[in-house]
Parts: sequence; structure tokens; C-alpha cells
Amino acid sequence: MSLDLPAAGCSTAPVLKERGQHEVFCGLTGIIWLHRKMQDAFFLVVGSRTCAHLLQSAAGVMIFAEPRFGTAILEEKDLAGLADANAELDREVARLLARRPDIRQLFLVGSCPSEVIKLDLARAAERLNVQHAPHVRVYNYSGSGIETTFTQGEDACLAAMVPTLPATEAGDLLVVGALPDVVEDQCLGLLNAMGVGPVRMLPARRSGDLPAVGPNTRYILTQPFLGYTATALDRRGAKRIVAPFPFGEEGTTLWLQSIADVYGVTAERFEAATAAPRARARKAVAAHAATLSGKSLFLFPDSQLEIPLARFLARECGMRPLEVGTPYLHRGLMAPDLALLPEGPVLSEGQDVERQLDRHAGQAPDLTVCGLGLANPLEARGFTTKWAIELVFTPVHFYEQAGDLAGLFSRPLRRKALLQGGAP
Amino acid sequence: MKLTLWTYEGPTHVGAMRVATGMKGLHLVLHAPQGDTYADLLFTMIERRDHRPPVTFTTFRASDLGADTAGLFKTATQEAHARFQPQAMIVGASCTAELIQDDPGGLAGTMGLPCPAIPLDLPSYSRKENFGADETFHALVRALAKPMARAEGVTCNLLGATGLGFRHRDDVAEITGLLAKMGIAVNVCAPLGATPDDLTRLGQAHFNVLLYPETGEGAARYLERACGQPFTKTVPIGVGATRDFLREVATITGLSAKVDEAGLRQPWWSASVDSTYLTGKRVFLFGDATHVIAAARIAAEEIGFTVVGMGCYNREQARPLRAAAAKHGVEPLITDDYLEVEAAIAAAAPELILGTQMERHIAKRLGIPCAVISAPVHVQDFPARYSPQMGFEGANVIFDTWVHPLVMGLEEHLLTMFREDFEFHDAAGASHHGGKAVARVEEPEPEAVAIPVVAPSGEVRWLPDAERELKKIPFFVRGVARRNTERFAAGKGISDITVDTLYEAKAHYAR
Repeated sequence: MSLDLPAAGCSTAPVLKERGQHEVFCGLTGIIWLHRKMQDAFFLVVGSRTCAHLLQSAAGVMIFAEPRFGTAILEEKDLAGLADANAELDREVARLLARRPDIRQLFLVGSCPSEVIKLDLARAAERLNVQHAPHVRVYNYSGSGIETTFTQGEDACLAAMVPTLPATEAGDLLVVGALPDVVEDQCLGLLNAMGVGPVRMLPARRSGDLPAVGPNTRYILTQPFLGYTATALDRRGAKRIVAPFPFGEEGTTLWLQSIADVYGVTAERFEAATAAPRARARKAVAAHAATLSGKSLFLFPDSQLEIPLARFLARECGMRPLEVGTPYLHRGLMAPDLALLPEGPVLSEGQDVERQLDRHAGQAPDLTVCGLGLANPLEARGFTTKWAIELVFTPVHFYEQAGDLAGLFSRPLRRKALLQGGAP
Repeated sequence: MKLTLWTYEGPTHVGAMRVATGMKGLHLVLHAPQGDTYADLLFTMIERRDHRPPVTFTTFRASDLGADTAGLFKTATQEAHARFQPQAMIVGASCTAELIQDDPGGLAGTMGLPCPAIPLDLPSYSRKENFGADETFHALVRALAKPMARAEGVTCNLLGATGLGFRHRDDVAEITGLLAKMGIAVNVCAPLGATPDDLTRLGQAHFNVLLYPETGEGAARYLERACGQPFTKTVPIGVGATRDFLREVATITGLSAKVDEAGLRQPWWSASVDSTYLTGKRVFLFGDATHVIAAARIAAEEIGFTVVGMGCYNREQARPLRAAAAKHGVEPLITDDYLEVEAAIAAAAPELILGTQMERHIAKRLGIPCAVISAPVHVQDFPARYSPQMGFEGANVIFDTWVHPLVMGLEEHLLTMFREDFEFHDAAGASHHGGKAVARVEEPEPEAVAIPVVAPSGEVRWLPDAERELKKIPFFVRGVARRNTERFAAGKGISDITVDTLYEAKAHYAR
């Protein structure tokens, strides 16, 4: 695969902006992976029974002995008087922290109802911070559906942590975005082999490992949905390393190369660190590209990974994207991926699901990437689908996962070819 | 404000969605923010529905709140009607829209839609999913059903089956077949499978069969008043309840309650000597009240278990649950806090749990066999095969479902007799329960004065010999044996438990 950048790709392609029913989760959903990543954190949603039901449904009724997330469900009396709601919140938090002495970070997470009744969780977090310091640090952010979409919840969460990070003058590299532990270790291994370090992670697995940040900090994003976090880091003086996102062999190489350029890694050292895993990644992707090559692709908006994934599927797997939907388009963060994405597909931002389904039916793509609400209805109409949520819940970054990532898209096509029971 | 880690029931508007999705030709417009669409996946994934729920979400954002959310609602409703051309629409608000008070019902009423637009009252901050389903169905029936001449021949309506219901699909088929044996045709089954036009014909039936009080009682009571249709009070789950149900229908219709019971195997399966080992097994039941009350009767009267605890998560049906608990001589547990349920189960130390998917998880943690008898539903509750809970085939299905998780008769004896055997030691567990067999850890010979391993639960103390004897009792009844012995000792003023105390207690509590 050539690494020469095309002149423009989709950089200047027109964007179809839509507004209507969004078949996308709200930002609360991020709690499902964030609470696993941060092992001494508790996420307390202040919301309704709907919020609690969303979390347990989106998590596929994953019930842990005692999960590190919960919902303080607003009741009628809380709506009547906000002073009481604050007292109730303080009481529930005190009770929770007394029962869970292992909790060192508490996130108060705003929801649609708490935003609408203007329950001031920022002030509540300040108040609770005084009460429970120094043992517990209390943060707040909003995961509400009126303000955030799906993965934006992680963005809001990390952005809320940035102002509280300690200051430093050191020139450490900060890698930003919640990654599965195994992927994080691979990332650190690659950077270590390149001689880049010290490397710090945000979020950290435990509150004691939280990174410091300052004017000499260079940071790089691993996820395309971290716009607010990037702004918050910029405000602390840190400088972003611009790169495509590390999906696939090409994406990972360009991502690492951008770091190598900043830290003055020699070409020989870069080659030594990446040659073997690059070859492995290419080989692993090639096994799936045989299935994917030439197939058309339609991505409904979901996790905000759509543009980098379309880039990977087009350039490394030979697919033909017809429409690439994204909940919102952050041109600043997406520029490198947009430049690489071959011209051709419709770029759409936001959603009117009914109109988009009409366009989808008209295009009749070979593979459709969509949310769980749409997948089975589309399968029943003869389409082959890949549920998008798996892309967020599966290790997909960097070289060693490039083949797995391609496999997530090839499996539905191979499965469709295998099954003979459908037609009599 | 109440901290909730997990909830048995969803919000009220999910109840409305269950009614809308169960029906055809109906469209629900929910005034709701982005994110509430998550509920679509309950139907498309858990129930494997091959179409999207007929629900439009208005999807307002923070920036709309100061502007025109009411206009957004009207546009969404207009477009939904134009696109789907439903026979009727229902309109309501999810929890967030309830706060902004746009009055979807009032707005829809002013739009001059060419079909009925029925407003729903879905109080999100005080009620839950079952209430929402019952209320939605009730509102539809109130708006559409009218008194009319009875059909020729005896007919009834089946009320309460919804989308995403626990075995509703198969229960409807089973009860339809059962009534056909009495010569009764089903006029309308609703909400499941009905159109709004069908609901206008409800009044033709001679009576109503209330399948699920949780989701159909409001409508049944309304039809009793408005159309003079009596409704059945017995839920036909279990052999006894099914026969009672048939007698109730016979009383209403004057037809004979005698039907062909060919295919009913549960009574003989239960009477066969292989099932003797089921006698007196201690069961704990939790779920929705209807399924728990029925299951308790089956457990006690048809399988010969002992009910040691029962409860439900839906307060609306707390009264009949309390009455049933009193009949079985146990304390009723009415709660929607699963941690409370877990504590009650741990305290009761049952040999079998009959519950929801949550109790299945609790059972896994406690190492107790479990079968699922009630919603909330899981993808496993939608089997590919025919698997009703109601009627005679339902009784067969229930027998299999409950008995299979248990350690079978002879294996139970082997576990008791050869406790020291390397294959039958405690940690090995039953042969048919998944999980890898664990090798027995060889214990060193106990010293003359060993420190008790069994934590004393009161003032009484276990002497080493008694404690060793206790360990020979099968693991699945050891907790009960320990507590009974301690209770017995405390009652007799014995402070040191010997082997004799253990066996005296055993004799005292012999069943």
C-alpha cells in the first residue's frame, strides 16, 4: 500500500448535513468501557430510570457482582424542590462511598433530565470534593443525549479531568483515549522500541497514575471523538501531534511516524521498531481483504470512528465506500483521515434515519455498518450488516489488531456465504 | 433520589413501545432526546424482530430547548404519518420531554391528522414499564373499542400479550388452541398481533381472557364496564391453574370444561419414581407477581417442592403476591432492589431459585441451581422452539425447565455417599453443570484440637468432630443443616455442638 498522500481525497468534499431522528446512543454509554478502564472510579449518573435502563441494555445485561456505575434515579419529589435534590445527592454519595472504600474517583454524570431541571452538578462536585477530600476526587461531566452522542461521553469525561491534572514542565508524550489494556501495552511497546518516552496515558488505569501536563507536553489522540479533551489540553499549553488515527497498518504507521518526527526518531530506528509488526499486520489484513475487496460499503453514523474506518477499509481492504455517515464532523481532528479517504462517497453528518434508510435502500450496498436497532431489520431485508458497537468494544487499534479489525467486516460476508438454511 | 445499579423494569415509555411494537398498523411518536432510541435494540436484538419498532423519536437537543420543541414534535408527527400511514397513532413523552411540558397529546389533537391520535400519560418519575404498557393498551382500548352486538358462536379476546413479553408468542398459541378445544374462537388477541381496526371489534366477543394482569388489567376492567364483557381471573400457568381456568371459562360460557388432555405429561413425569428426589426441595421464587404466584402453586402442588421464599418487583401486584405468600407460609418480598433479593436468597439458602435473569446471576454467584420464570427478558427467553408457559404444554415445558438444573436423583445419592471420592467431592459440583471439574485439595489429618472452620453464627460453638461430620453433609443442604443445628442448640441452651447435637437437630427438623 502506498503511503503517498493523495492531494485532497475527501478534504473538500461536500457534506450532507441532516437533522431528524438519530439512531445513536447518548454519551452515557461510554461509562460501560470507562468504568472498566479506570479501576478505582465510580460513575454516578444523576438521571432517570431510562438512563439506568439504557446502561444495562447497551451493556447487554452485563451484571457484575457490584458494578462501578449506577444511577441516582430522580423521583417526583426531587423535581419539586432542587434544594432537596442536592441534599439527596449528597446523602446517596456519602452512602455509596461509605460502602465502597476502594473508590478514589467519583464522576457525577449529568443526563437529559438533570440538564433540563438545571441541577448544577459542577457545584455539587465542588461541594462533594470538599466533603470527601483527599480520599476521593469528585468530577462532573454531562453524558446527556441533548448534548452528547455515544462516544462523546468519553470525550466529556476526559475533558473534565484535564483541568485537575498536575502541572509539569517535562516534555513527556501523552497518549489520549481509553484503550483496552492489551492494546495500551502494545502501544507502549512500540513507542519504547522507537525510543520515545516517557509516555503517559489518559485515562490512567488508577487515579495514582494520572499524568501531569504542561507547555512542553506533546499529546496524540488514539480516538477520533476527543475534540473537547484536545481543546482542554491545548488550554493547558500542551501541543497536539497531528496524525491519522491508528487503525490498520497504514494508519498505525502514519500515527507512529508523526510521533517519530516530533521526537527525532531516526529512520533506521523507526524501521527496526515497526518493520516486523507492519509485515504481520499487512499479512493479517490481506487474509480478509480477499473477501472485502471490491465490495461496496455504507456506514450509518454511530461511534465517530466512521471516517478513519472508511479510510482503512477503502485503502487497505479495497472496499468502495458509498456513504460515510458520522454523528458530527470535527474537521480539525479528521483532516488527515479525510485527506487519505479516496474521493467518491457521500459524507453525511447528523442523521435523519428514515431518509438515510431510503438512500441506503437505493444504494443497496454489499456491507452496511450500523447500530443494533437497525441491524436485524436490514438483515431481514437481505442486507449484510456489521453492528457498529462491536468496533468500540473490541481491541481494534495498532498493528496486532489490524487483521482482527478487517475480520470484523469480513465475517458477516463470509457468514452470509456459508448459511444455506434461509431459502427453501 | 434512589441509587439504582440495575432495574427490573424499564421506564414507562418502554412499556408503550412494547404495546406499539406488538401491534400492527399503529405508530408511536415519542417526544424524546437522542439516545432514547436505545430501546429499539431491545426489540431488534433481544426479541430478534425483523422490523424496526414503529416508533418515531422527535430527537430534540439542548439548543432546541429555548426554541421550538413543540414545532419539532409536530413536524416529526406529520412526517411519521405521511411515511407510515398508520390506522392510528399514539403520542407521548419520555422522561425528559415530560419535564419540558410540551403536551404531545394536545399538540397532536390540534394537527387535524386523518387518523385517531391518542395521547398517553406516562409518568416517568413515579411509575415503570409494566404500568406504561398497561396504561398504553388501556388508552388505546378506551379510544377505539365500542359496545357492539356479540359475534355468532362463542368468542373471546386474549388481552395483555405484548412485544418483548416473556413467552407471550407461545402462550397465545397455546391458549388459542386450548379454547378451540372448548369450541371458543378468539375474536381479537391484543396488543400482540392486533391492528387498531381490530381493537374497534373487541366489543363483539362474549368475554375476555386476561393473560397477563401486568399489561392487560386496565383494558380488561374497562371492557368489563364499557362493553359488559366479564374477564377471567385465573392465569392458566400450571396444570391446576389451567384446569381452574377452563372451569372459569365454562362458568362464563356455559360450555363444558372437559377438554382432551392428551399431550399433558407433567403429572406423570412428576409422579414417576424418578422424581421422588424432588420432594421437599427448597425453592425461592422471584419475578413479576403473576408468574411467581403461578410458579409457587406449581412448585408446592405439582412438583412437591417446599416454597421457602417468594417475592415480586412490581408493586402494582403486591396484594395478590402477599396473599399467595401467606398461603405458602413465607414472608413476601416486594422490592425492585436486586441486592435485597440476593440477601433474602442467601438467607433462605434454597436448593433451587426460580427467578428472572437477575436471579440467574445471583444463583451463579451463590452456586445454586436456577431456572428463569419471568421477565425482564433476555435473548435466551426467546427460544427458537415452541416453548409456552401457559396451558398443558406450558406445564410440560415448566417441568423440564425447572428439573434440569437440579442434581438428578441417583447422582445426588452418589454425591452423598462418596463425598470422599476424588470425583464426587464438594468442589466438583454436579456432572451436568458447566465449568471445569476441580481436583480435591487433600487436607492434612486434623489435629486433636483444630480451630473451627465453620464461622460460629451465634453463641454456640462447633466442636471439631461435629464440624467434620457437618462437612460430610452434601454441600447443597449444608447451610441449612448448619443453621438448623445452631438454632436447635440455641433453643436447648447447648453451647458446644457435638456430633450428637447435629443428629438430634436433624431428627428434630426431619421432614
